[in-house]
Amino acid sequence: MTDRLQLPGITWLRVSPKYVVVDVSGYVVFAVIAIVVTSIPALVSQLTPLWLIPAAVLVIMIIVIAFVPRRVRSIGYQLRDDDLLFRRGILFQRFVSVPYGRMQLVDISRGPVSRALGLSDLRFVTAAASSGVAIPGLPINDAEALRDRLVALAETRRVGL
Amino acid sequence: MTNQAPPPPPPPPSATVGLGTRLADGEWHRLHPATPLLRGGLVLIFIIGWILSQARESLFNLLLGQRGRDDGDPIGYLTTGGRLPLALLAIAGVLIILVGIFYLSWRVHEFRITDEVVEVRSGLIIRSNRKGRLDRIQGVNIVRPFFARLVGAARLEIDVAGHDANVRLDYLSSSNADGLRRDILNLASGTRQREAAEVQAAGGPKSFVEQRVSELLAPELHPDTAPAESVVKVHAGRLIGSIVLHDTTLTFLVFLIAGGAVSVVTGHAFAVFFVLPFLFGLGSFIVRRFTKSLQYSIAATPDGVRVGFGLLTLSNETLPPGRIHSVQVRQPLLWRFPGWWEIRVNRASKSNAKGADGQHNTTILPVGNLDEVLRVLGLLLPSLSAVEALDVVRLGISSTGTAGGFVTSPKRARIVRWFSWRRNGYARLPGAILLRTGAIWRQLTIVPEPRVQSIGLHQGPVYRRLGLAHLDVHTVTGPIRAELGAMDRDVALDFFDRVSRSVVAAVGADATHRWRSGEV
Repeated sequence: MTDRLQLPGITWLRVSPKYVVVDVSGYVVFAVIAIVVTSIPALVSQLTPLWLIPAAVLVIMIIVIAFVPRRVRSIGYQLRDDDLLFRRGILFQRFVSVPYGRMQLVDISRGPVSRALGLSDLRFVTAAASSGVAIPGLPINDAEALRDRLVALAETRRVGL
Repeated sequence: MTNQAPPPPPPPPSATVGLGTRLADGEWHRLHPATPLLRGGLVLIFIIGWILSQARESLFNLLLGQRGRDDGDPIGYLTTGGRLPLALLAIAGVLIILVGIFYLSWRVHEFRITDEVVEVRSGLIIRSNRKGRLDRIQGVNIVRPFFARLVGAARLEIDVAGHDANVRLDYLSSSNADGLRRDILNLASGTRQREAAEVQAAGGPKSFVEQRVSELLAPELHPDTAPAESVVKVHAGRLIGSIVLHDTTLTFLVFLIAGGAVSVVTGHAFAVFFVLPFLFGLGSFIVRRFTKSLQYSIAATPDGVRVGFGLLTLSNETLPPGRIHSVQVRQPLLWRFPGWWEIRVNRASKSNAKGADGQHNTTILPVGNLDEVLRVLGLLLPSLSAVEALDVVRLGISSTGTAGGFVTSPKRARIVRWFSWRRNGYARLPGAILLRTGAIWRQLTIVPEPRVQSIGLHQGPVYRRLGLAHLDVHTVTGPIRAELGAMDRDVALDFFDRVSRSVVAAVGADATHRWRSGEV
């Protein structure tokens, strides 16, 4: 564990544990579709070995879904004095730091499952497409409070591009 | 309309089209009267040409006094049986209606430039209105297509950040376009007093033809515009050499030889057909790069870097300070022998006018030697023009190792950076981040700190084993990705921490969006 990237002195704010349900349901839908599609060759040709393809997809999807809780726990953010820190990923770790003044807009969106659980996704958009700061699974009230906070912070640090 | 009043050929301009500086007074103005002709002119010429080619045979018959006998021929049909007057009447009617529409659409197409915005409104039935904020201007572009040059018109395009958010004024009279560019940049720069920028070198009234001819023959870059010592030019010979030695040409040649070899060995000619598309690709690449880089010049003007090019269609663009989001100096493989380099930039706007290489004006220097590269870098990023900084940049372009403050990859990174682990690294200058990569295809990416959007840090499973990390400096989308892989984990963490701090400071201190506001 010592080789993992670790930013010193940061206590990360985590997203809601309920987001696991949202993420899992998305993967389940994808897995069902993928398994149906990959079964077609086997059904059509009646060749038993071809069933290996959907079986492999099933195994991979089970592994992916098994790691969802850990991956959701790895998502974190922190509002520092002048920038927003964001992290995600376990196998592929990713950290991003965005100065508040760089904010172009904040986007809040809700999928059907998120809405049922009272969650929403917040996206922080800069002029760079690669910044990619998206904090999923925030309770709606938290997301709106965070959005207002970010807008206010960006307003006090208004700059050009 | 005082000292120079050239009577243009189309109807005399309304009082609005006058001296350059009059156009930026906040009132509504109209475009050059020849605008509809220049915009729709080519289509009209095609239609007339098509009709003529259809009617050629009938015309011959008519002239030779024979009756058109072909019933399927529309001209023959019209000219027989006394239908000719009716047909001429119809054609005249259509023409009058077309001219009327053109005239009306020209009447309602207006623009104005105030202290804050540039605004264009147009459209007869569907009204459209487009505004660009002056402090968000990313560049001002003047294009003079060949036909427009004949009547002394030019197209002015104001690049505003964002996709397809540009404001276009086509067409203006040529001198107006230059004057208006100066005015727009003046207003955008934030100088409070309006400079009397009437440096018009009219030289007394001339006849229309004389003025057209002198404009056609004038050099693309007027000597008054920029001091001669700041100008970097690309010579045609070097341009040809650079295209011959370019990686793209090399790749095409490899494909060509492979295809030839296959067809010789197998005795079939099918491989030739496989190669043909590549040949077309190579041709278009060469033509594009060549025509867009002819007469290339880069110069410093008080309102930013001016890039001009073109032989028949002239184009020049002025980039105000602080509009360049990252710069990359790179060297295709075979350019190493003559010691040539290429400079590309990332910008926040997408200009419709294509630049060198057919890209969206992102190649700033198509080819140049090390001295020219350093001079252009000094123009693009004035904060680097200090001697010590340029020394570091020189090291960044062509050397390896830790000299000049470069922090390079550790030795264990040679598994992922076979040849370049000694070169792969970063350096920080006041106000800029230098990322040096590649030992075979050498690159140096420079990102001015006030333009950084965010900083990223990645680590995958392989890098974790090796104790390495990957750094990303996010800037606006463009051909350059500022990234640096295979850095030591602790070094990368340190970089992430320090740079995210200094970027915040640099962003806060930056005032280039009104680059002359401090001067007054």
